[in-house]
Amino acid sequence: MTSRPRGVTDPAGEHELLSAGDVARTIARMAHQVIEKTALGAGHSAPPVLLGIPTRGTPLAARLAARVTEFSGVDVPIGALDVTLYRDDLRRRPTRPLEQTQLPGTGIDDRVVVLVDDVLFSGRTIRAALDALRDHGRPRAVQLAVLVDRGHRELPIRADYVGKNVPTSRAEDVAVLLSEVDGRDAVLLRGGPSAPDAPAEEGKS
Amino acid sequence: MKHLLATDGLDPELATSILDTADELKRTLLGREVRKLPTLRGRTVITLFYENSTRTRVSFEIAGKWMSADVVNVSAGGSSVGKGESLRDTALTLSAAGADCVIIRHPASGAAHRLAGWLGETGTKVVNAGDGTHEHPTQALLDAATLRDRLGSLDGRRVAIVGDVVHSRVARSNVHLLAALGAEVVLVAPPTLLPVGVESWPVTVSHQLDAELPAADAVMMLRVQAERMHGGFFPSAREYSIAYGLNEKRLALLADHAVVLHPGPMLRGMEIASAVADSPASAITEQVRNGVHVRMAVLYHLLAGEEEGVAA
Repeated sequence: MTSRPRGVTDPAGEHELLSAGDVARTIARMAHQVIEKTALGAGHSAPPVLLGIPTRGTPLAARLAARVTEFSGVDVPIGALDVTLYRDDLRRRPTRPLEQTQLPGTGIDDRVVVLVDDVLFSGRTIRAALDALRDHGRPRAVQLAVLVDRGHRELPIRADYVGKNVPTSRAEDVAVLLSEVDGRDAVLLRGGPSAPDAPAEEGKS
Repeated sequence: MKHLLATDGLDPELATSILDTADELKRTLLGREVRKLPTLRGRTVITLFYENSTRTRVSFEIAGKWMSADVVNVSAGGSSVGKGESLRDTALTLSAAGADCVIIRHPASGAAHRLAGWLGETGTKVVNAGDGTHEHPTQALLDAATLRDRLGSLDGRRVAIVGDVVHSRVARSNVHLLAALGAEVVLVAPPTLLPVGVESWPVTVSHQLDAELPAADAVMMLRVQAERMHGGFFPSAREYSIAYGLNEKRLALLADHAVVLHPGPMLRGMEIASAVADSPASAITEQVRNGVHVRMAVLYHLLAGEEEGVAA
């Protein structure tokens, strides 16, 4: 938790959209939605597989899975899906290091797969993830969970579970901070109309 | 990364990043039915081989194809080189035809550097797949990948490189890379098979194989390159084999965790005994397997990044 009151813009042009407490509550709410939508615990189908998209989707998936298990009593398998090799903008950026892909032992064939990422923006990361999934198996259905949907879609993709909808300008930058990676939990809105054009990329802010 | 021409001067951080990428690619492709990634779709990779090679050419070809690049193989024998075209003109032709990357193997040391100089303006990348007795950087990278698999890390490990060092580009590339990654290298060879100026290399030198084996974490055997020997470098194959061949008796001197490597092709019975090549200590087939992933990683680092002038 930061000492700064929520919703206040500091002199550096940084605005806190979600505090640590909000992040925890948001994930808990999303966990209930996952349980409801996938009819978890109804006993007639295998639990969904939660796949986080590195970097911050991976700890988010783990947290979401822990909540789902806590509320439903059902263990849900988790994994990580690196989409770097499937991106269509590789040539426009410096070479990126690859992140881990780790699928659960259960596999993804005939399972409901929930992709988990921190920010949904252009939709290109998710398109790459769908391509990557196709090479790993054939899920029964694929759903998408994001902590923040900031708009500006460039592809017809929408999320099934959204922590918070944040209308933004392209000049702004949404930063999701997670204690596993950044040492604290928060969602920040940075920059503003005067800032240079934000890169058309999500999840790596 | 602009080109991959040598491990001499290769940034250790970049080398580690290539090895990490290769590890990740291996993990990603493990157990998959479809070993195909779309990463280099639309990119054209040409292998230009002026020397015979099976494993290196095939390894690069498979690496390119698994990443969806279009791979074209040109061998000197069946091309305009046979009609007397110069290397420069051949290279410019390939570049003009749309090659994003030329992978060259050439009998002359320095050929890859020359090529990179000529192609510098065109944006075509060059990978050195072995030039004369100079360097073979992807072989050194795949050796390092194999040693990392088996030993965990290279830092502080002792690697003995044994045999025909003077003619070996594999030895040269390995010396520089292993030293950069923190390993201790000892060259074991008769004085006639050590290059002039070896004192300035980051290595120690020994002529006694038996004395070096107990302390070695890895033994890298080199092929005796008879085709490059124009004169007597040692009395006879039998004598060489007795002094520097890795046989079962010598294998027993190695620590339990020690790894045996050979860049291939092997001369079984000469530099390495069959029983050793097929023993659990031997990582020779792992080297070949890692070769594909390492070359995928090299192509990824060369071709997947930003195009010059496109990104800020």
